[in-house]
Amino acid sequence: MMHRGPGPGIGRRDLLAGAAALGALAAAGPARAQPAPRRGGVLRVAYNTEQPNLNAALVASNAVYLVASKVLEPLAEMDGLAGGVRPLLATGWDAARDGKTITFRLRQGVKWHDGRDFTSADVQFSAMEVWKALQNFGRAVFKDLSAVETPDAHTAIFRFDAPIPLQLVLNAIPALTTVLPRHLYAGTDIRNNPRNAMPVGTGPFKLTENRRGEYVRLDRNPDYWDRTQPFLDQILFRAMPDKAAIAAAHEAGELDLSCFTSVPLPDIARLGRLPTLEVVARGYEGAINHATIEFNLRTPQLQKLEVRKAIAHAVDIGFVVDNVFEGYAKAGTGPVPSTSSAFYTPDVPRYPYDAARANRMLDEAGFPRGANGTRFSLRLRPAPWFEYTRLMGDYLAQALRRVGIDAQMQVFDPGAHLNVVYRDHAFDITTGTHAYRNDPAISTTVLYATGTPPGVPWSNQYGYANPAMDAVIREAANEIDPAKRVELYHRFQRIAQEDIPLLPAVEHAFVSVVSRRLVNHHNNPRWAMSSWADLAFAS
Amino acid sequence: MNRVATLLRRRLAQAVPTLLIVLTGNFLLIRLAPGDVVDTLMISQGGGDPATAAALRAEYGLDQPWPVQLALFLWKSLRFDLGFSYFYSERVATLVFDRLPITLVLMGTAMGVALAIGGTLGALAAQRAGGRRDVAILAFGLVCYALPSFWIGLMLIVLFAVKLQWLPVGGVATMGSGLAGIAHGLDVARHLVLPVATLALFFVGVYMRVMRAAMIEVFTQDFVRTARAKGLSERQVAFRHVARHAMLPLATMLGLHAATALGGSVVVESMFSVPGVGRLAFDAVMQRDVNTLLGIVYVSALVVIAVNFLVDVAYAWIDPRIGEG
Repeated sequence: MMHRGPGPGIGRRDLLAGAAALGALAAAGPARAQPAPRRGGVLRVAYNTEQPNLNAALVASNAVYLVASKVLEPLAEMDGLAGGVRPLLATGWDAARDGKTITFRLRQGVKWHDGRDFTSADVQFSAMEVWKALQNFGRAVFKDLSAVETPDAHTAIFRFDAPIPLQLVLNAIPALTTVLPRHLYAGTDIRNNPRNAMPVGTGPFKLTENRRGEYVRLDRNPDYWDRTQPFLDQILFRAMPDKAAIAAAHEAGELDLSCFTSVPLPDIARLGRLPTLEVVARGYEGAINHATIEFNLRTPQLQKLEVRKAIAHAVDIGFVVDNVFEGYAKAGTGPVPSTSSAFYTPDVPRYPYDAARANRMLDEAGFPRGANGTRFSLRLRPAPWFEYTRLMGDYLAQALRRVGIDAQMQVFDPGAHLNVVYRDHAFDITTGTHAYRNDPAISTTVLYATGTPPGVPWSNQYGYANPAMDAVIREAANEIDPAKRVELYHRFQRIAQEDIPLLPAVEHAFVSVVSRRLVNHHNNPRWAMSSWADLAFAS
Repeated sequence: MNRVATLLRRRLAQAVPTLLIVLTGNFLLIRLAPGDVVDTLMISQGGGDPATAAALRAEYGLDQPWPVQLALFLWKSLRFDLGFSYFYSERVATLVFDRLPITLVLMGTAMGVALAIGGTLGALAAQRAGGRRDVAILAFGLVCYALPSFWIGLMLIVLFAVKLQWLPVGGVATMGSGLAGIAHGLDVARHLVLPVATLALFFVGVYMRVMRAAMIEVFTQDFVRTARAKGLSERQVAFRHVARHAMLPLATMLGLHAATALGGSVVVESMFSVPGVGRLAFDAVMQRDVNTLLGIVYVSALVVIAVNFLVDVAYAWIDPRIGEG
């Protein structure tokens, strides 16, 4: 007995995706009359972090999606409005009552770029051989997937050993379910398949040239299943490792678009004042990051909850938002960002900036200032991932000094940082990032659960262990009732903010710099990682 | 011709131990940095599980003890086998030789330009040492030498690409332009003006000073007085007789700078989005891509050895006494 699965997006599952996209478009721009899109044109996009592997089914990361999502498609994409998914390769889905079976109906008449038909065999292969077996996040989400049955060419039935929340699967679909062509990958070494640099997909654009270090060229797919799209003739992703050069190229009119904050933060305001450019902070609601302050709970002083709370009070997040993020961010309140309306709760312990209180708490915790005004010293190891993780380290050193903690700062390059902090735990306090992926179960609970071996970045390497926390995370993982699941995650957020093994200090989206000649942009929550089938130049 | 053959033999005999030291040294250096290519692969993916990491390490041979890895690497190097890059999933030889030409063009042009401008300015300054022209040229040289190239590059971009819009911001050719033949050549040349200027400016300062100092010294020698006594014009004396002698130290500097210029290309190639080996080397270090980095070091060492050989040949041409016997 099947029943209609919960969650938004279900009501429009039989609509053409094109119609859904138009609806999103209309909803996105009512405030300002948009010029009509025209067909044709070459879009020039900055490609700041060039990827050796563009197989998004294998490597689910932002930088890969930026290029690959135009070529390869997932089963569904996030909708233009807050929350919900709209169909792409899957046109509809149902979950069985026991939570162990999900049936996907697949779009008909879809062709791979090499002319072969897209069928349920491609979905079966991708799910079993790639997402579950090899993909960095799919391995966790699809760990209980036991089989994918294909009764006909356009139906795929996913069978799970343990109940899996449909809510989680739907939240995971846009990022984790990129479908690969079985005929090009079956029986090959998938990780080293030469197609990974030149993927063949079903998307609105074909990848026609990949000149490493120079550019990646995509051309319009004339046989795209949505006959009305795409609008653009060509997209050129230009490899530019230097952010200052990207800002200059924007100014010189050599670029139409850069995503994921690819210009230096201090240049953003200046670029926004230019008449040809627009700085856009929307369209990243599905790619929210936290800038975190992380503690090593093996350090005796930091073992004391009062000390961690005192440090939380010592940090002026408002100052960081204004001066490090140039205002394009806001204070974080917990491990789930406020944009995730389904799961977010504001009802958690907070730590407003209050240096006097921080000083008092440290005194009371048994760490009075010594003769030189210092209470104790900590090894501060700011993460090198982003400009802001380094700048936050600079700020943190000063904030700690004000409350009598001497921070000895040392910055490593990414490879070394991973080993020093996440494997050897040779740190006391560090800055970092947490990418929230639309459901706490995908990449958030792993920061708080026990049981991850040393060396795994973006996991609980803090020595944090709370049985109550582990119990909530375990229970939520197999809870198929969405309402109960949400309640469990509210509890998860409260415990996280009470124990603060890490502080999700700042909640930030990314920023794009866009030419004003473009229309239909930033109209869904994962826009930079979506297909751009409706993106166009203004007529 | 015999002199050149002797030189070549001597240089080749020196090249083998040089290469071995360079390769072993670099292998050990990168081993000292914490982290390996599997770590950086995991970072670039935004995370991953430890079982995958262990499987990758076994597949790439990174679980072997380092002396075994080093011996294997040296043995392969002897047979000109540069190995496989696990970060790029590509043969290292393909990666390096795809990118080497543009770096050599960049480096060669920059050195040529620096030699021509620096040499000429140095000669002009030396003609009337202490004069007003000399002071002006010296000041210019000092500025060239002292300004860091990442700043010069940015300022050139701001002025010529952003404000005046005469030249492109970066890259090596207009993307997807479909140009061919001479039009393509001109397009590439236009793209290379700013990177070449950035790389060359530093060396202009150096060569100018070396040339000036050498010429001032040669001017005091007896044969110069003889040449003047013969009734040669001051210009003929300066450029025919003095400059030729003064070029010897300049050639020495050129040989030494071949390696410096390769290093400088790291900064310039990143700033101007030039897909050369300098940028590849920088990425390889950041990604702990040992095979690619050592491949680049290997090829770069060969380039530097070759340039120095050419410099030796140039010595022999400038000064016939060198290389005899």
